[in-house]
Amino acid sequence: MGKVLKYSFYDLIRSRWSYIYLLFYLALGFVLLFLNSDLSKAVITLMNIIIVLVPLIATIFGTMYFYNSKEFTELLLAQPIKRSDIFLGQYFGVAGSLSLSLVLGLGIPFMAYGLLRSGAVFNFSLLLGIGVFLTLIFTALAFNIAISNENKIKGFGYAVLLWLFMAVIYDGIFLLSLILFEEYPLDTFSIIATALNPIDLSRTLILLKLDISALMGYTGAIFKKFFGTHWGFWISIFVLILWAGLPILRLRYKSIRKDF
Amino acid sequence: MIKKGVASIVFFLWACSWQISAHTVVVCKTCPVDSVKKGIAIAQASDTVLIQKGTYPEYDIYIDKPLTLKGENYPVIDGQEKGEIIKITSDHVTVDGLFIINVGVSYTTDHAAIRVIKSEQFTIQNNVLERLFFGIYLEKSSHGKVYHNKIIGEAKDEYNSGNGIQLWYSHYVEVSHNHVQGTRDGIYLEFSDHITIQRNTSTKNLRYGLHFMFSDNDVYTQNTFEENGAGVAVMFSRNIKMYDNTFKKNWGPSAYGMLLKEINDAEIVNNTFEENTIAINIEGSNRIRYKDNDFIKNGWAIRVIGACYTNTFSGNNFMNNSFDVSYNGKLNDNQFKSNYWDNYTGYDLDRNGIGDVPYRPVKLFSYIANKTPETIILLRSLFMDIIDFSEKVSPIFTPDNLMDAEPLMKKRQ
Amino acid sequence: MIHITDLHKTFGKNQVLKGIDLDIDPGKIYAILGPNGSGKTTLIKCILGMVIPSKGTIEVLGKPIKNGWRYRKEIDYLPQIANFPGNLKVNELIEMIKDLRNAPGQEDELIRIFDLEPHLEKKMANLSGGTKQKVNLILAFMFNSQLLILDEPNTGLDPRALIKLKKLLNKHRGKGKTLLITSHVMQFVEEVADEVIYILEGKIYFKGTTSELKKETGQIDMEHAVAELMKSEIHGEST
Repeated sequence: MGKVLKYSFYDLIRSRWSYIYLLFYLALGFVLLFLNSDLSKAVITLMNIIIVLVPLIATIFGTMYFYNSKEFTELLLAQPIKRSDIFLGQYFGVAGSLSLSLVLGLGIPFMAYGLLRSGAVFNFSLLLGIGVFLTLIFTALAFNIAISNENKIKGFGYAVLLWLFMAVIYDGIFLLSLILFEEYPLDTFSIIATALNPIDLSRTLILLKLDISALMGYTGAIFKKFFGTHWGFWISIFVLILWAGLPILRLRYKSIRKDF
Repeated sequence: MIKKGVASIVFFLWACSWQISAHTVVVCKTCPVDSVKKGIAIAQASDTVLIQKGTYPEYDIYIDKPLTLKGENYPVIDGQEKGEIIKITSDHVTVDGLFIINVGVSYTTDHAAIRVIKSEQFTIQNNVLERLFFGIYLEKSSHGKVYHNKIIGEAKDEYNSGNGIQLWYSHYVEVSHNHVQGTRDGIYLEFSDHITIQRNTSTKNLRYGLHFMFSDNDVYTQNTFEENGAGVAVMFSRNIKMYDNTFKKNWGPSAYGMLLKEINDAEIVNNTFEENTIAINIEGSNRIRYKDNDFIKNGWAIRVIGACYTNTFSGNNFMNNSFDVSYNGKLNDNQFKSNYWDNYTGYDLDRNGIGDVPYRPVKLFSYIANKTPETIILLRSLFMDIIDFSEKVSPIFTPDNLMDAEPLMKKRQ
Repeated sequence: MIHITDLHKTFGKNQVLKGIDLDIDPGKIYAILGPNGSGKTTLIKCILGMVIPSKGTIEVLGKPIKNGWRYRKEIDYLPQIANFPGNLKVNELIEMIKDLRNAPGQEDELIRIFDLEPHLEKKMANLSGGTKQKVNLILAFMFNSQLLILDEPNTGLDPRALIKLKKLLNKHRGKGKTLLITSHVMQFVEEVADEVIYILEGKIYFKGTTSELKKETGQIDMEHAVAELMKSEIHGEST
């Protein structure tokens, strides 16, 4: 797997899309900090963007890479390399280069503006960590969609739909069900519904560090007990790992059985 | 006649000077006078009872004549949890420099470390109160001073804890430079008018840091209220002036920086509200001027419930709050004008420092969160942003006349 | 060398291979022929492990290949469509394949044979179809594997390169290697192949030497012989 990863990563690092992605984050970071020199405020604005854009870019880029590297894949398939290694290698190559662009693209401007000297270091690292998690999760989902759909257009469609569902539609349904069943105790439901969507889960994790007053004030004790503690934090991280791990396992399973 | 008059004045002055050069009764463990009670008993009016370092296991100490009770190096008066410790029933009494501990907890009587009853011109200062039930209790006592005391309670439950400083039917009292923590209400005022509360710190109290009930014409300035159960409550009172205070970290379900209920004609100026669940919760309050306050990192900066009239909000800074304003009724004749809103995205073409398009501080989401609290979990989600945006473009659920027509481009320094 | 028994493959409803039994002996050049969609490429991909058989077994060098991958060290493959990662330069691609296979390659000689020196520093995306095919050939021939599978090796090659390819094939046969070739150019097949495997509708319709094929069909050259086979296919369908 190591060698495949190496070459996928190498290939991606030199593609212009990685640069566009990197430049986008660099520009974003600098513009944000330029517009408001308040670091904690910039971190909050950044969160909104990361929660929405990172999954979108990972989904689209993941599907695109999978379809575009068809030749590379076929070349590799004829070589004495384990099948699952080919796909996992490519997956980690894509997810790795996207994560690197994210961390460098945002890290550099914030470092330049004196992140290390401010109190926002922890929030910022959490933000980047969650960004990396979302990249891993949505690239894995994208690879799953692409490996199951020969038709490129269809695959892209499903990928964008997946993003739209996770980022917007899911929350709409979530909100509606909260309003419809407001007479019932909703704490447990809210926690479960949040954990089932990696975007919501990431958002909640970050919010707990940023807007804790609003969250703690209005929701019942269970909520506070769950997300507000170390225990809840680690459970959330575990769920995120699960969210990345399960699609990777399915990718492995599918890759062993697929015909080319 | 005149001579007689002069003589009597001279006599009077002599008598006064005799009175002024009052005696000092020294109390110590090895002295002839070895208890506070004995000291008070032998002291004449206007004498000073000087209590030297040591522990005095005493309670029910009555001061019924003008005296100065002064501690040297903080002598300990230990009430052994048997009841009230010092009870003052005379005018012109000063209690200074005592370390009073172990007030008896009772479910029927409000035992206090120091109680002043129907007296005037009292001074309670430099005392340290620990392991208490009620701390300093002023009962129908006016024109006095509670200065620089330190009150540290260990309250766990509301039903068996008392207030740090309580004023009941007391007027014209100055409460300043005190530190109150770990009690039920840090400072509690009931039916007390013309009180000045200044530079106190009230933290970690179970209920309110400061609590007004039916008290009018009071002023509180430069106090700090931090991490209290529910912040500061001002209820059923008129003409309260609130200047230069800091309300911080009052977090949790139903916690506020400040709770206003049935308040009329108040002024809230130049205060700082930081990291509170709800900075100001307003219920049925009218003719209040909110000016030049800073609202920073609160869940809700201002939450208005029920009918409120003729309130003005101007010159305030709203920064990094999850929600700036939440309204569950009509705007009525309340007015938002010339505030700084960090979420404002308008422009200022004529460069006069005032945004050219109005700002609408109410979000649809805050309206939804008011109705169904659990929806707060969707805070800052893309879906909510989309909904808020559409509501901003064409308001349906939120009062469409609620806006700041002259939002500031830069925050007030 | 290769031993295939009862090989079936179905894609969805489409039955592509319907029971293929085949033995490939070492030291010969085999041409796999058949009309479009007859299952030639599927058969090759089954041997390479790129397509998973629905039924049946394939043994390469005496070992079943199911779920294995190490046996591919003994196979060099020339894919039909010469598409490679466009970002890589020619020499980077060669180095990468050597690295991935963990084997030394004799690419220098091949580069000389196909006159590729001027193109080594170019990116794959910027090469012409013929040059790409030459790179493809280099990648397939540069290792010294026992088995060579070439899917349409002559596509896009100019006559000069074609002659060189034929020489190369003969050279490798001379080394005792086994070669499997598919091609549409019958003249090419006739020149290089020892044996012909004709596949029709997922089954082996004919297997034998080129002269046997000509004899059986009564034709004098391969082109007509194969056309005759196809005709009988149409005839067979109509009955």
